[in-house]
Amino acid sequence: MNVLFLSGFTVIRPEPGLLFWTIVIFIVFWLTIGKGIIKMITDMLREREEGIQRSLDEAKRVREEMQQLQAENQEILAKAQEERVQILAEAKAAKDNIISEAREQAKEEARKIINTAKEQIENMKMGAVIELKNQVGRIALEVATKVLEKDLSKEDEQVKFVEKLVSEMDLN
Amino acid sequence: MRIRTIGLFALLMLAWTWTVQAQHKPTHEEQHRMDEAQGHQAEADHHQLTCDCTPKEDSVFNTAKVAFHHIGDANAFHIWGDLYFPLPVMLYAPGEGWTTMMSTRFDYAHNHGNGRKAINRYVMVEGVVYRVADVQFPSEEVAIDCVTEVEHDGESHPAIVYKGQCYPLESKTTWDGGMMGGGTTSFMDFSITKNVFTMLLVFALLWWMFSAVRKAYQKHPNQAPKGLQNLVETIIVFIQEEVAKPFIGKHYFRFMPFLTALFFFILALNLIGQIPFFPGSGNLTGNISVTAALALITFFRVNLVGNRHYWQHIFWMPGVPAAIKFILTPVEILGLFIKPFTLMLRLFANITAGHIVLISFVGLIFVFGKMGENLLGASIGVVTAFLLNSFMMAIELLVALIQAFVFTLLTASYLGDATQEAHH
Repeated sequence: MNVLFLSGFTVIRPEPGLLFWTIVIFIVFWLTIGKGIIKMITDMLREREEGIQRSLDEAKRVREEMQQLQAENQEILAKAQEERVQILAEAKAAKDNIISEAREQAKEEARKIINTAKEQIENMKMGAVIELKNQVGRIALEVATKVLEKDLSKEDEQVKFVEKLVSEMDLN
Repeated sequence: MRIRTIGLFALLMLAWTWTVQAQHKPTHEEQHRMDEAQGHQAEADHHQLTCDCTPKEDSVFNTAKVAFHHIGDANAFHIWGDLYFPLPVMLYAPGEGWTTMMSTRFDYAHNHGNGRKAINRYVMVEGVVYRVADVQFPSEEVAIDCVTEVEHDGESHPAIVYKGQCYPLESKTTWDGGMMGGGTTSFMDFSITKNVFTMLLVFALLWWMFSAVRKAYQKHPNQAPKGLQNLVETIIVFIQEEVAKPFIGKHYFRFMPFLTALFFFILALNLIGQIPFFPGSGNLTGNISVTAALALITFFRVNLVGNRHYWQHIFWMPGVPAAIKFILTPVEILGLFIKPFTLMLRLFANITAGHIVLISFVGLIFVFGKMGENLLGASIGVVTAFLLNSFMMAIELLVALIQAFVFTLLTASYLGDATQEAHH
């Protein structure tokens, strides 16, 4: 026997008994724990992995939806804002319009009143003037009458007066 | 499918031829005749082969012998002092039949593991079953004088003294073809040895662990793992993501149970061997029978799933000139066997080396202490051994993990090769 190792070094010699038992025990271990429990665990791990992936995808989808919704809301809000501004502007314009119209009307009214007043004043003035004229006329007539009564009693005087009147008339 | 079957058949034929030629094992009858011749020789010799029962005190501490004894398998599990865990013994002698009993019948407990009885020529020496080589020795249960050693071919071999006569012993059959100092003898040992017992214990522990984990999964499905479940899951996910997926690819899921079982089995065996006291200390992955069994299972698993493409690459590599093919094919066929062979050797050598180093450091205590004569030397030895072994055991834990990982990884890589789809 060509011995490569020391005689006591038994572990390097493959022996049938231990070989047999190792094969049997390992195969039983593999078929029971390996194909039973470990298979179950790896299946479950895969299932969980898929579940997590699904949840992540779902979350992503929901977030995207939320974002879209938010964008929509933003848009609606912006539109409302715009509308408000518009409405306010319109209201202001209407207010201004009403005020200016009222002012115009008031002015018109005032002018009308003033005009009426003016007309009345004019009328009254005219009436007064006419009356004054009439009175002046009358007074003048009376004065004239009185003067005439006094001066025209004498003949020559009458003639002089008429001549004078005539001459005056020619000058016209 | 047919190609696969033919390929496997060719492979088996090759393996068979190779085994027969390499071992050149004598047939049963030849062996028996040889044994008988040896027996007669022994009978003729026992007057020349002298041994007696005077206790031999070792003058020097033999570290190698102690180390080999500790890493070796045994039929009795030493716990402490005179306390042994009894194990069943199942011995098979071709042509004679089975001898089964409890190892306690050898009556070894108060005698340092050396039996006081011979049963059917079987005796126990330091916890290991041997057999009296001489077929003339009585086959019934007899009390022997003592267990001793006999000098033969410049080496000491175990022997017994019975009725004042010296009988050399033979150890159990090993399948190393005599190359490693073993060989075919008159019996095989199928006992629940210390190693088998440890393996059953590891099986039970792993069973308990995985059952607890399974319960956790069933109780809280689809939830984040906790505690033991988390540990197991981390390892399984590691094997799936770092070993199975990159090395096997598409079909990885199919091999997950095998790879994970392999990893947990090897890791647990590596780790239980690191525990220096009962029920640990069984050196399993540092025993070539265990690693050979695992490598053999891997070999069959790989070659049974091998597809057409795989066998084509081995027997007729596509895409290379025909002349090269004649070189490549034998290399590939050799590779089939070399791959599991390296798996076997790598794990065995790493774990055995670690154990021997650890025991050698402990041996320093006795070497420095001159077998108890020098107390100061022993004290220095204790401190040195403590420091060195603290370091070594940390390394060994790492090695336990790495070797389990490497074995699994290479298996995955071979499975990947065997199931790869054509890519030309």
